[in-house]
Amino acid sequence: MKNMKKLIYFVLIATLLLGALAGCAEKGGSVSTDGSTSMEKVIGALGEAFEKNNKNVTFTYNPTGSGSGIKAVLEGRCDIGLSSRSLKEAEKADGLIETVLAYDGIAIIVNPANSVADLTLEQIAEIYTGKITNWNEVGGKDEAIVLIGREAGSGTRDGFESITDTKDACQYRQELTSTGDVITTVASNPNAIGYASLASVKDSVKAISVGGVAPSEATVKDGSYAVQRPFVLVTKKDTKLSATAQKFFDYITSAAANQIITSSGVVPAK
Amino acid sequence: MAIKSKKKLVENIIHGVFLVLGLVTVGCVLLITVYLIVSGIPAIREIGLIDFLFGKEWASTAAEPKYGILPFILTSIYGTAGAIVIGVPIGFFTAVYLAKQAPTKFKAVMESAISLLAGIPSVVYGFVGMMVLVPGIRKVFNVPDGASLLAAIIVLAVMILPSIIKVSMTALEAVPKEYEDASLALGATPVETYFRVSVPAAKSGIATAVVLGVGRAIGEAMAVMMVSGNAANMPSLFQSVRFLTTAVSSEMAYSSGLQQQALFSIALVLFLFIMLINATLNFFLKGQKEGT
Repeated sequence: MKNMKKLIYFVLIATLLLGALAGCAEKGGSVSTDGSTSMEKVIGALGEAFEKNNKNVTFTYNPTGSGSGIKAVLEGRCDIGLSSRSLKEAEKADGLIETVLAYDGIAIIVNPANSVADLTLEQIAEIYTGKITNWNEVGGKDEAIVLIGREAGSGTRDGFESITDTKDACQYRQELTSTGDVITTVASNPNAIGYASLASVKDSVKAISVGGVAPSEATVKDGSYAVQRPFVLVTKKDTKLSATAQKFFDYITSAAANQIITSSGVVPAK
Repeated sequence: MAIKSKKKLVENIIHGVFLVLGLVTVGCVLLITVYLIVSGIPAIREIGLIDFLFGKEWASTAAEPKYGILPFILTSIYGTAGAIVIGVPIGFFTAVYLAKQAPTKFKAVMESAISLLAGIPSVVYGFVGMMVLVPGIRKVFNVPDGASLLAAIIVLAVMILPSIIKVSMTALEAVPKEYEDASLALGATPVETYFRVSVPAAKSGIATAVVLGVGRAIGEAMAVMMVSGNAANMPSLFQSVRFLTTAVSSEMAYSSGLQQQALFSIALVLFLFIMLINATLNFFLKGQKEGT
């Protein structure tokens, strides 16, 4: 009986080890991406399609955030970095190049119970910097405005603050660590205002128009909706991508991928 | 002779294997400690110990970054203290009731419920807190937003209940029955006996329970992150606050340079807090051994 048990353990361990070895020996190549959590939806859909079209390739996406993704490319820990902001000059100086994959509108969201439906970019900036603190100053009810934002370093926060020119000046009531958290929180508080990637906005919150332009794919693409930012693919200038990674890169930047990009709720760059 | 030496060899090999396995744990602790100290010190040096520990402002990504973690330290201390103030009385009286008065069947049901409470992942506490507690606080106290220190305190108080109840119960059950019998024989009522005889006899065990609770509360990140709002304010009951733990976890993903190093320094400060709590725990455990 005892020997039997030992045997079973041995077989189990042997299988596991073999499995691990088999994993290493797999053919077909792989492509790894790392970065912006805002790009999860679009890059996930593209990766899935790529895997479907090419047998035996593995696609991985590590949702770590724009900063981490850029760092990962620089340190060679992934093939393609994903960033939901343009590269900074210092990052370009480190030998990184950017390719815009798509444009993402940042929706300004409020609770559906809120009667305010339009704000100008200046009003949004004044609300977030604490100059306007009550909804009645912008045509709403007599209630205090609750500012919901993202944590320091988030691509969405960086995008929002640079577009509204409120860098380091936002008086956040809550700093949440994901787009989903922001939407849930705004949906549960009638006086809250938040910002989130247009692609991830759900019916539980109301996306308001900015300066009379409602956020939509068309208005983001033609540039009339003011709060928008690029989704960027980051690669190293002097390091060649692996064959599989290059194939993936070519595929997602080609016109063939536009349909998938569009159906993920963002606007293709080409 | 040959057989004997062969046996000895096998003994030695097995001994060696056990030693290596044992050293894995010690190695992990050493690795973490050394890594934290090595990666935590540079930022403190650059920012300055006083500015770092007693600076009131945290703006890590600003054009002129400020790295003061006093708000986080105070929030962690207030939050933990609040959780203890709410959690310990509830846990303590529950333990006394379960250990001394509860009918056997009821006790069994309660014990499994408490074990279940201990097994719930912290993200679930956080989620329930976010969906129920946060809007609840907003309505009950008529504040603009419910994500606050108070919400975190309530969640933490519930989270530390299982360890407080279980450890206190074990200590109370270990009190020799003769003590209680003697007290009852002298004419004391059962309740008098519990509080004048059983509880004092189990006091070091109960103190251990409280310290364990403190340890769990101060180290919790996920649940408090979801209900406390995460703005780096000085602690106040209805303000959104950031704990030492959540300061590290909320910014780590996107951090770089000095900001990242400063996060390691926060982790180091947290680590020192935990060490302090462990030292206190050892002190009480020692007292317990000598007491019985």
